[in-house]
Amino acid sequence: MIVVLPIAALAWESKRDGTHAFWQTISSPEAVGALKLTFGAALVVALINGVLGTITAWVLVRDDFRGRSLVNAVIDLPFALPTIVAGLTLLALYGPGSPVGIDVAFTRTAIVLALCFVTLPFVIRTVQPVLLELDVEMEEAARSLGAGRLAVFRRIVLPNLLPGILSGVVLALARALGEIGSVVLVAGSTTHTEVASVFVYNVIQDGLAAEASAVAVVLLAAAFVLLLAVGALRFFVTRHERA
Amino acid sequence: MPSRLGLRSVALGYLLVILLAPLGMVFYRTFEHGLAPVWRVLSDHYTVHAFEITLLATAIAVPLNTVFGVLCALAIVRRRFRGKGLLNAFIDLPLAVSPVVIGLALYLLYGRSGWFGPWLQAHGIQVLFALPAIVLATIFVSVPFVAREVIPVLRELGTEQEQAAATLGATRRQRFWRITLPSIRWAVIYGVILTTARCLGEYGAVAVVSGQIEGKTETATTLIDDMIQNFQNGDAYAVAVVLAAIAVLVLVLMTLTRPREAL
Repeated sequence: MIVVLPIAALAWESKRDGTHAFWQTISSPEAVGALKLTFGAALVVALINGVLGTITAWVLVRDDFRGRSLVNAVIDLPFALPTIVAGLTLLALYGPGSPVGIDVAFTRTAIVLALCFVTLPFVIRTVQPVLLELDVEMEEAARSLGAGRLAVFRRIVLPNLLPGILSGVVLALARALGEIGSVVLVAGSTTHTEVASVFVYNVIQDGLAAEASAVAVVLLAAAFVLLLAVGALRFFVTRHERA
Repeated sequence: MPSRLGLRSVALGYLLVILLAPLGMVFYRTFEHGLAPVWRVLSDHYTVHAFEITLLATAIAVPLNTVFGVLCALAIVRRRFRGKGLLNAFIDLPLAVSPVVIGLALYLLYGRSGWFGPWLQAHGIQVLFALPAIVLATIFVSVPFVAREVIPVLRELGTEQEQAAATLGATRRQRFWRITLPSIRWAVIYGVILTTARCLGEYGAVAVVSGQIEGKTETATTLIDDMIQNFQNGDAYAVAVVLAAIAVLVLVLMTLTRPREAL
């Protein structure tokens, strides 16, 4: 009731003026620019966190150093911190009057930075449990048979982690596509930094809810597809357990 | 081992640059000029009101979503019914969909020209740009958390204990309160913590439906946005620090409750 009904209203509204009007709105230069930027930035961020998230998960599971459990707890900070506060923290350090001399406010770099912040935990939290289960003996056996460190990683560790990494990346992608709170302060709505969610927000503020719904439906469809992808990955991973 | 150290510095460096340094900077900026200006902002009428709205919406959304989440989890794991796959998919939707899209959906439903708009107007009920819309948006975005935490634990649990209790004559209600609930207790608590954090921090959906009327429908998060737009950065830092402090508390609670769930 609370979830489905509003979504139905949204889909209905975007179609009300016909498919033609829908395409007209969606193909306006502003809408296309915002969507392109959003999908591009989300992909870049998902890739960055795919690599760095895997490394971080490995460090948290296999490495041992003082304060490791503290670091492990800090990973969830982006889940706990309101996104608008996340945006503000980035603005404080990497905005105007930055104490480290880096001012990326209202640039595309700022968008990537903000999205990296909010999607940081996804890959780490999907890879970590898989790494914990992964038997070190398998890697040791490969090493004793003469496999180099790179070969062990590529042939044994990576194939085992891949489903986990992929679901983390897809989740991060979904989150990055719809993010507004952290982006709105550091990137604003200049013509070359307006992401889709900020675009939708601004159009609503202008009183054009119907126009906004066209772009919103694209974001909604993308979210659906990504959810299906996560579901398919989960199905694939647990297949052998159910068989 | 050099590569181990290398990876460690990459991981920790990344966390430092992207998470910890910015967070530390906000705390530094806030207390740069001492406590007095911070207190002045936080005791301001509008700030207090914004926090009241945020807390009120959270206080309504969390219990509702806790009950709904547990019921949903039970239905998804234990029951067989038509559209179960659909329910399973829809419950995750608020996690994947942009909060702005959620806000717009509510806007289209309850706005003046929306589906319920004319009826609401005829009965003199103001939903959009008023508290009900803020509460609805908050409920919507925080729907999945409890169910998501409880579902895997229920799956692991199985039904043997409950069947045993049933053969010994326990009623359905006794089975739930004596067996099921104690077993999923930690998952529920963890889910509630996540839900609370999400409710307190919601921005996108609330910003669309609240209208951000100062002293009326402003929440803590939209207040930060407004302060930045009005170049009151110092004020925004003070409000943000309160939310950040709550987030740190949430983090501590998450860390304390998680290990038991992993058992």
